[in-house]
Amino acid sequence: MYKVTAAVLVALLALSGCTTASSKETLTVFAASSLTEVFGTLEQRFERAHPEVDVQISYDGSSTLAEQLAQGASADVFASADAKIMSEVARKGLVEGAPKPFATNALTIAVQQGNPLGITGLSDLAREELTTVACQPQVPCGNAARELLARHGVTPSFDSEESEVKSVMSKVLIGEADAGLVYVTDVLADSDNVDGVTIPGAKQVRNTYPIATLDDAGPLADDFQRYVIEQGQGALRSAGFGPPR
Amino acid sequence: MTAKRLAPAGRVPRVLWLPAALALALVTLPVVGLLLRTDYARLPSLLTSAASLHALRLSLSTAALSTVLCVLLGVPLAVVLARSALRGVRVLRAVVLLPLVLPPVVGGFALLYTLGRTGFVGYLLDVTTGIQVPFTTGAVVIAQTFVAMPFLVVSVEGALRATGEDYERVAATLGARPSTVFSRVTCPLLLPALGSGVVLSFARALGEFGATITFAGSLEGVTRTLPLEVYNQASVNIDSAVALSLLLIVIAILVIVVARPRSIEGVRA
Repeated sequence: MYKVTAAVLVALLALSGCTTASSKETLTVFAASSLTEVFGTLEQRFERAHPEVDVQISYDGSSTLAEQLAQGASADVFASADAKIMSEVARKGLVEGAPKPFATNALTIAVQQGNPLGITGLSDLAREELTTVACQPQVPCGNAARELLARHGVTPSFDSEESEVKSVMSKVLIGEADAGLVYVTDVLADSDNVDGVTIPGAKQVRNTYPIATLDDAGPLADDFQRYVIEQGQGALRSAGFGPPR
Repeated sequence: MTAKRLAPAGRVPRVLWLPAALALALVTLPVVGLLLRTDYARLPSLLTSAASLHALRLSLSTAALSTVLCVLLGVPLAVVLARSALRGVRVLRAVVLLPLVLPPVVGGFALLYTLGRTGFVGYLLDVTTGIQVPFTTGAVVIAQTFVAMPFLVVSVEGALRATGEDYERVAATLGARPSTVFSRVTCPLLLPALGSGVVLSFARALGEFGATITFAGSLEGVTRTLPLEVYNQASVNIDSAVALSLLLIVIAILVIVVARPRSIEGVRA
């Protein structure tokens, strides 16, 4: 029994050693959760170009990440899903240099595959009998949703307001929600499992994604920022993001 | 209570003092930290905002309702577990403890895949009655009852085992029927343990977060209870999150003060 336990412990130690005991330099990136897929790709490519670097990305709602930074979380790069949250972080003196826009995004309606309920547009989000989900107004996707709905004069009856866009997606993906207001990039990333209903005029309410290096970040952070802004455009475009304005 | 004192008082080994002090600091210092961080001048306005009041009302009503459910369902279960001679009861006891050791977010997913639209019970409910459980206040109550029930069952069952069946056997030999024995003998014996179980379940229900946000979602006035509102505000208005946390701590302290003597009695009984 003890031998087994010891063997397991040794194996665990060896496993953890493989991942942490290397002498790689770590670059910590805080990124809006709508960037999950595309930054995953960029992370791999950046690491391939810089084998000595280990990029670690924390994805969450932009406002959650901003609050973590304000509370002293240590990160090198911050990529937010709208300019407002980035400027608040900058106002607190946490950003080095000026944040730079690198992409834009627009909203769409994620529905079950094949759109069995025949959802055609924003006005369906006001239908009481449908289970609809969106981001809460304080996060970028919720802020954009609110603006878009106001422009279309729709008063939605959401059944849940989530703290980040991937939670909205997950409610649609597991079949609990009929419709979720998400980014076009989210639907594209999961196009095998959900369908998107295009909203006319959605592009008028576009989020601009800024990226900034943070206080006390090393030169690697600048490299990563430049990499996203320049080499990253191809991956961003194929993920459905628009060019920065 | 009648146990002999094995060692005279004041003979705690000195080596225990340091870790004990550390443990105490670990429990108390975070509360102090929160107290120091609180914006007392704005406390009343932060706590009386519409969102806070909605969350408070929702939390108190759902936690109360789940506690009632815990009693109605948990006491019979505890009696069955403690008194039934059926085979397999041991296994059942372990199963009942599951929500106690399960990460609440896992519990939330389990509930979702049972009572959600794609879950087998949820599907049947939807088709036969048109009732959909997720994203409703009812889902909040179910999530809270799920996580809080073991506290009540464990307290009551422990007390039942500790008191033994002597009184009940005597009552039965005097001609009382099983239902009379239960209401006249078993229940009064259980009261202290029931009290502590109720308080613990209520506290656990009030603090429920992971299962609720997974299974019930988050919507002001419908499913966004105090812990969810704290989480919500933490990324938006940290002062409000701190004020609400303070409120939850005050409620927790009240719960301990009100229930402590009975709770300890219940555990030892």
